[in-house]
Amino acid sequence: MKRVLGASVPLGAALLAFVLGSLMILALGENPIAGGSAIIEGAFGSGDRLAVTAVRATPLLLVGIGITIAFRASVINIGGEGQIIAGALLSTIVALAIPDTPKIILLPLVMVAGMVGGGIWGAIPGALKAYAAVNEILSTVMLNIVAVQLMNYLLRGPMIDPIEVDGSRIPQTERLTDNAAMPTLVDGTRLHLGVVIAVLAAVVVYIILWRTPMGFRLRAVGHNPDAARAAGISVERNITMAMAMSGALSGLAGVMLVFGSESLRLVTDGSAAGFTGSAGFNGIVAALFGGLHPLWTIPSSFLFGALLTGATQLQRALQIPAALAVALNGLVVLFVVSSDRVGGWLEGRLNQGAYDSETAELRESAADDLEPEADLVSADDTAAPQDTVS
Amino acid sequence: MSEFFTLSVLIATFASAVRLAVPYLLAALGETIGQRSGVLNLGVDGVMLLSAFGAYYAVIETGSHLLGIGVGLLIGVFMGVVYAVVTVNLHAKQGISGIGIFLFGLGFSDLLSQELVGAIQPIRKLPSLADLPLVGGVFEPLEDIKYLGELLFSHNLMTYIAFALVPAVTWMLNSTTFGLNIKAVGENPQAADSLGVSVERTRFAAIMIGNALAGLAGATLSLQLGVFQQNLTNGLGFIAVALVYFGAWRAKWVMAGAMLYGLVTATRLQWQARDIIPNSASDLAAMTPALITILALVLLAKRVRGPAALTKPFSRH
Repeated sequence: MKRVLGASVPLGAALLAFVLGSLMILALGENPIAGGSAIIEGAFGSGDRLAVTAVRATPLLLVGIGITIAFRASVINIGGEGQIIAGALLSTIVALAIPDTPKIILLPLVMVAGMVGGGIWGAIPGALKAYAAVNEILSTVMLNIVAVQLMNYLLRGPMIDPIEVDGSRIPQTERLTDNAAMPTLVDGTRLHLGVVIAVLAAVVVYIILWRTPMGFRLRAVGHNPDAARAAGISVERNITMAMAMSGALSGLAGVMLVFGSESLRLVTDGSAAGFTGSAGFNGIVAALFGGLHPLWTIPSSFLFGALLTGATQLQRALQIPAALAVALNGLVVLFVVSSDRVGGWLEGRLNQGAYDSETAELRESAADDLEPEADLVSADDTAAPQDTVS
Repeated sequence: MSEFFTLSVLIATFASAVRLAVPYLLAALGETIGQRSGVLNLGVDGVMLLSAFGAYYAVIETGSHLLGIGVGLLIGVFMGVVYAVVTVNLHAKQGISGIGIFLFGLGFSDLLSQELVGAIQPIRKLPSLADLPLVGGVFEPLEDIKYLGELLFSHNLMTYIAFALVPAVTWMLNSTTFGLNIKAVGENPQAADSLGVSVERTRFAAIMIGNALAGLAGATLSLQLGVFQQNLTNGLGFIAVALVYFGAWRAKWVMAGAMLYGLVTATRLQWQARDIIPNSASDLAAMTPALITILALVLLAKRVRGPAALTKPFSRH
């Protein structure tokens, strides 16, 4: 029963979002069925569209599995946007510096650079949380701002395309070397190697989290930091590590956004979303929808990639703004995070009055199955025991 | 550079800093009230976007700024009810549900603006009080006072409301039963509950007031700029949340933080307008408040303690 309920949470949330989405389309004076079929047509209608969906899903998946690592260690990483940008910047710098390096060397190097860039951008708030008790939600949000401005500065200044200096001054790099471009998998489509890399990364993250001592320590810290500490696990080091790994995966997403793009360059419109397409936030949605499980995040990301791609078609066919997809994503988050208690309440109703014990049990099992037990946000306590606070 | 350090330019910069600080201040004051009751609202940015659009659209349709501000306020209250149900009644994780509110606001405000307005239409900006028919008689002569006039009497209604709210919020939190209840449920909800204070109702009210202020902040933003566009806030609401920590949950220090952001932005715009620094360096300057905030958080984190029950849902069992 509990298992069934656990799986029904994302389904229920999806159904609710589906209903509300239909209502919105209806309110905009269009036929929801036509709207729905436009989305499906746009996302899966042809081989090429399927490829675009997979490509759109790739950054969501990478950010999502990164988020999963952090959340499993009870660290809330809101800094996906900044980490994507940091990864994109460092990898672009490498590609600009050594463009003539053979592809077999340059491509892996660019990916490593992206992971290092994003990793550093994640490790900073991780270390600040672990050793200085700085709330990671705030530090990641601030580092998002720093990353965007750093990108704007570099693309308007030192890294600007030489042609643009005397031209229209569009803040973008020159077209990067083909030696660093993500190889296309199927000719005539945009499907590139990055899609496969992201799926493999999800499998690796699953293995790390559930099949290695390191993953066990990360989850132990997330589950109960005091018990983990008592067992001799360094809470500080594991929090920093979780954030570094989380950031590295977002950084890799940044690499995909640059080196998997058709224009093959880094462009800014001044905002983070202009480059990332809000993947740093949408990745959180995909991860939550996937139950904070790396393998479930694969289909979940694909679904949200499909929603984003389909929304473009929705705009084209019915003139309904694609922003509808972003609004729906927000609603999905609200439904998923609210569903715990609603689920417990429903089950209590079904079992006639056994509400309290059932809820308690359900919460425990949900904590085991889906989420770290310790409250995600209040994990500051791990780094700042109450008694040291004046 | 030297032309910047003339009294008149400095005064003009400071006066615009005061105005630029207003959306930060309103949103951060609202967040302060919510957090004092133990609820973190990371969705401020989304609420601001929705009310910014609502206010802008109301002005397009009716031409009335007051109505626009009212619409912004109501949208804030409505989103407050949604957020309160999700976090107080349904015990959803606060950090993440805030992201849900943010994404919804980001997408829905964009959707509405494309659907209802289309191409960006500028509207009449929020006028300063000196330009208004009734109060103008009082403010206009005051505005003409050399230097001081521009600094103190050249602003719009929302600026005065925002700064007046600083002592008002302090007074409410420290000297009214309602305020003391808010702090009690934020510090020790069990104790408050055993004394007969309804934790859920108090938090519900605090969230609604907090979001109402976020709504005012959004309305002020779009009406001061005279436009609405996709992602108008550009992260302003997230900064407002950080300002609460920066200001150690005290209204006057939150105000100091908001002024810091206003001042840095005003200085940057002034320098850009006078060609003192190139565009690219202006981007570097835009980082400074964020870096200062991180530094402040590092210095304060172990010294200042927030509400003990912050982010913790309450249930009697």
